[in-house]
This record gives sequence, C-alpha cells and structure tokens, in this order.
Amino acid sequence: MIVVEVISYISIFTGVFFFAVGTIGLLRMPDVYTRMHASTKCDTLGISLVMFGLILLNGLTIFSLKLAILVLFVWITNPTAAHAIALAAFETREISDDYVPFSREEENYD
Amino acid sequence: MSNNILIFASLLLGMLIFLSLIRGIIGPSSLDRIIVINVIGTKTVSIMVLFAIIFSEHYFVDIALVYALISFIASISVAKYLEKGTIS
Repeated sequence: MIVVEVISYISIFTGVFFFAVGTIGLLRMPDVYTRMHASTKCDTLGISLVMFGLILLNGLTIFSLKLAILVLFVWITNPTAAHAIALAAFETREISDDYVPFSREEENYD
Repeated sequence: MSNNILIFASLLLGMLIFLSLIRGIIGPSSLDRIIVINVIGTKTVSIMVLFAIIFSEHYFVDIALVYALISFIASISVAKYLEKGTIS
C-alpha cells in the first residue's frame, strides 16, 4: 500500500513540475504561438498526471470515475481552445514581424 | 503526513498561478491574456481537486467540472470575438 502512495505522490509532483515548465515557457517565449505551444501541452500533461496520482491515491470509487471524466474533458477541450486561440492570432496578426516561423508572404495555404 | 504533501503541491500551484499572472499583466496583445486565462483555469481545476482530497469534501469535483466547462466557453468565445469581431 505504501508503494502505491509513493507512486501517486511522484506522479502528482511530476504534474506540478510540468505546470512549472509551462509557466516558464509562458513567461519566456517570444510570441503568441510559442507561448501557447508551451503552456497548452504542458498544462494538459500536468493535469493528467495530477489526476492520475489522485486516482491512485483514492482507489476505485465513484470519485475516481469523476476524476477520469474530468481528465477526458480536459483532453478534449484544451486543444480545442488552443486551436481557436491560434486561429484568432493568425487572423488578427497580433504578432511581431521579426519572428516568423513560416513564410507569411505567400497567402495560398488555406 | 499525506495531507501535508498535498497542501505543499497546491501551494506550489498557487505560486505558479501568480507567476503566470505576470504574463497576463505585461502581455503585449490580448491573445496572450486569453492564453493566461486558459492556463489559470487549468491550474485552478487542479487545485480544486486537490482540495477535495485534502478536506475530504468530494462534491468539489463537480464544481471543478463546471469550472472547466466555463473556462473552455470563455476561451472559445473571446477567441471567436477577436477573430470575427462578433459572436454568432
């Protein structure tokens, strides 16, 4: 039983570490696309690891089922929100002109 | 003992929320602020579930589900508004 607790605490703190990496990327990346890249992926993995640790800590109850449903919901909604924000950033062009990850002169990719 | 570890994890998450609020204050465009809203919503859901274990109040998870739903709708609607100029 103590092994399961240790594994769950390791999982929870790995999730907190990924949240920290996402926050550092949010603070230090140069434009909107890279900030969203860092924060969204790290947040999805972080909340998955935290919920996995709590499911291991709690056992097979209805509470764990709700946590699994929450993880599935976050897996669906978080990339969708990131996609909508990226589309808005591409449409409004609110990024700096000196950092271009792709060629912006040719407009024929849609 | 086990509660102390979970309280420490939620304190770290609160600290990370304040760190990402810096980007929300100095962020040059409004899209950065939407990203910060999304990030803070995800971290708040994690803190709510950790508090549900710490205080053994298991109905906090339902509130966390509703909070995740509202955060998702906020991100989607503000991004659509900035993209098209209207919500329809």
